[in-house]
Amino acid sequence: MIIINKLSKKYKGAEDFSVSELDLNIDEGEIFGLLGPNGAGKTTLISMLSSLLKPTSGTFSIDGLTYHKNKTQLKQSIGIVPQEYALYPTLTAMENLMYFGSMYGIPKVDLKKDILDHLETLGLLQFANKKIKTFSGGMKRRINLIAGILHQPKVLFLDEPTVGVDVQSRNVIIDHLKNLNQKGVTIIYTSHHLNEAEEFCSQVAIIDHGKIVCKGKPKQLIADQKNATHLEDVFLAQTGKALRDYA
Amino acid sequence: MHKLLASAYKEFLLLTRDIGGLAVLFIMPLLLVITITLIQDNSFKTIKQNKIPIIVVDNDQGEVSQNILENLKTSDLFELSEQTNEKLVEELVQNGEYQLAIVIPENLSKDLNAKVSENVDGILAKFGVEKETFPSKKLELIAKEVKLYFDPATQFSFRNSIKSGIAQMVSKIETQSIYAAFQEQITDDPNEKIFETDSFISFKEIIPNGDSEALIPNSSQHNIPAWSLFAIFFIILPLSINMVNEKNQGTFIRLRTHPVSYATVLGGKTMVFLAVALTQFAFMLLVGIYLFPVLGLPTLDVSGRLPLLFVVAFFAGLAAVGLGLLLGTIAKSQEQSAPFGATFVVILAAIGGVWVPVFAMPKFMQTLSKLSPMNWGLEAFYDVFLRNVGLSELIPEITLLFLFFVATTVIAIVYHNRKNAV
Repeated sequence: MIIINKLSKKYKGAEDFSVSELDLNIDEGEIFGLLGPNGAGKTTLISMLSSLLKPTSGTFSIDGLTYHKNKTQLKQSIGIVPQEYALYPTLTAMENLMYFGSMYGIPKVDLKKDILDHLETLGLLQFANKKIKTFSGGMKRRINLIAGILHQPKVLFLDEPTVGVDVQSRNVIIDHLKNLNQKGVTIIYTSHHLNEAEEFCSQVAIIDHGKIVCKGKPKQLIADQKNATHLEDVFLAQTGKALRDYA
Repeated sequence: MHKLLASAYKEFLLLTRDIGGLAVLFIMPLLLVITITLIQDNSFKTIKQNKIPIIVVDNDQGEVSQNILENLKTSDLFELSEQTNEKLVEELVQNGEYQLAIVIPENLSKDLNAKVSENVDGILAKFGVEKETFPSKKLELIAKEVKLYFDPATQFSFRNSIKSGIAQMVSKIETQSIYAAFQEQITDDPNEKIFETDSFISFKEIIPNGDSEALIPNSSQHNIPAWSLFAIFFIILPLSINMVNEKNQGTFIRLRTHPVSYATVLGGKTMVFLAVALTQFAFMLLVGIYLFPVLGLPTLDVSGRLPLLFVVAFFAGLAAVGLGLLLGTIAKSQEQSAPFGATFVVILAAIGGVWVPVFAMPKFMQTLSKLSPMNWGLEAFYDVFLRNVGLSELIPEITLLFLFFVATTVIAIVYHNRKNAV
């Protein structure tokens, strides 16, 4: 489904590559976790795959499509749930979702029905006509998720979709994502919640300094790592315990 | 089309949700045009109705100085006070208590009469009318100087008009003295009228507009177009801030992942902000027509001109929106867009002739003003308001405004696409 060949990104003025000659294949129907410490290159990789960032070198294709040849088709095939809320605070949930859905060319009647369905599933139906600025972090995250899936993408990229939300919201989001995956959506997500990734992902890759340091099924990775009982043990063994502050 | 309309609807919602911003957008331009027109109209009235206090030091105490004082009194422009101490008068003007002081030199009447008599005698002698009785040696008379002290705060244009008024008055007195000297030499009867001393040449003020019934332009007719245009161009501020906000909120980034062109996004903004510009303009006209008379200002006359006025406002609005789109595309923060936008509009207004007429500018600035879209808009508005032209005469100006919109929008799109190429 996703084929990445020697993909690299070096920001202007930076000394090191954020993503360095990264090779990765992700199969259709996977829930793929991209894990790594701060500054490892997760967001940079997702930004490149979602057409927000130009790679310095390397290539990739999603469902056989590339941005150079099939830009519009590719944008229709993928959904993005960014780390920021990326919503208009003064518009209601319905208005935000209607607008972003319209930008995919979805007919108004179908769009409204889909939005109501998603809002109901994610427990936000009664807030449909409330302004986003009145929402809690968890509610905004759920609206953010709906905005990324209205056009029924084949591949969904999520950049830390559960950061800063309460346990209840997290459960609802994860359940909804599992449901989407069962319907055939390939999910690529980044997270710092390793327990969540261990349970949720069918495959994970630990990325550090722009390179993949290990990849596989969570259980297999734990089994392969000496003295590891959780994915977190594997993570610390692969990336070290040193702080990763950067500016 | 569906995406364009959805974009426009979203812009409409964003705008209407910010009631404070919307109020500022509509009320501030109205306050601006009311304030400016009140000030300009009042300064006009000040000169016409309220007398300017001036102080005179009459060191001559003669016939000529009396004549000057009489002329100043009857001119209805000045409220006259007299003083004898020039030093004190200078201080009073310096302190701003009087805007003008006139110091008439000593022996002005005596020396002027002597000089005129000498000249008249000389002329008559040449014609053989008078025996050469003037002294063989010419009189050594020093040229007289009427001193004018101006308050340092007075404007250059005010000083110029006062100077030219007084020069005209002195010249008339001098001419009359010459006529009087001739009269005295030619006849012994003081009642015999040999010369007609009234001005032979006078001025008639005509403002050509192709319509004999047309109104003479007033301060409303001048101010509404100029300041409406200024307000229309100020739309670049909220528009660019709106775009910068979208970048900061992340919504612009989300949109880049959608299959929608930047031109469509800008199209939605253009539709709404152009409607705002036209609404602003309509409010300005309503204020000019209905509120100005209540405030004692001249009524704005739009009879028969409304369609053309809106044509000009439409294209001026497009030009302003284009500039706003470009600024919003390039700016990364409100700290960049707001000060730049505000200053740039003021510069465009200045070189466009909103404050100072283009003909009064230095040559270089006159050339520069031809590049200002505000100048094209202003000229088009004046064409409609003051020159009574038709649509065909407006085509050059509205074409320039439209091309400006096209150019700025294309640059914005190219800049955006290059910057975000993947």
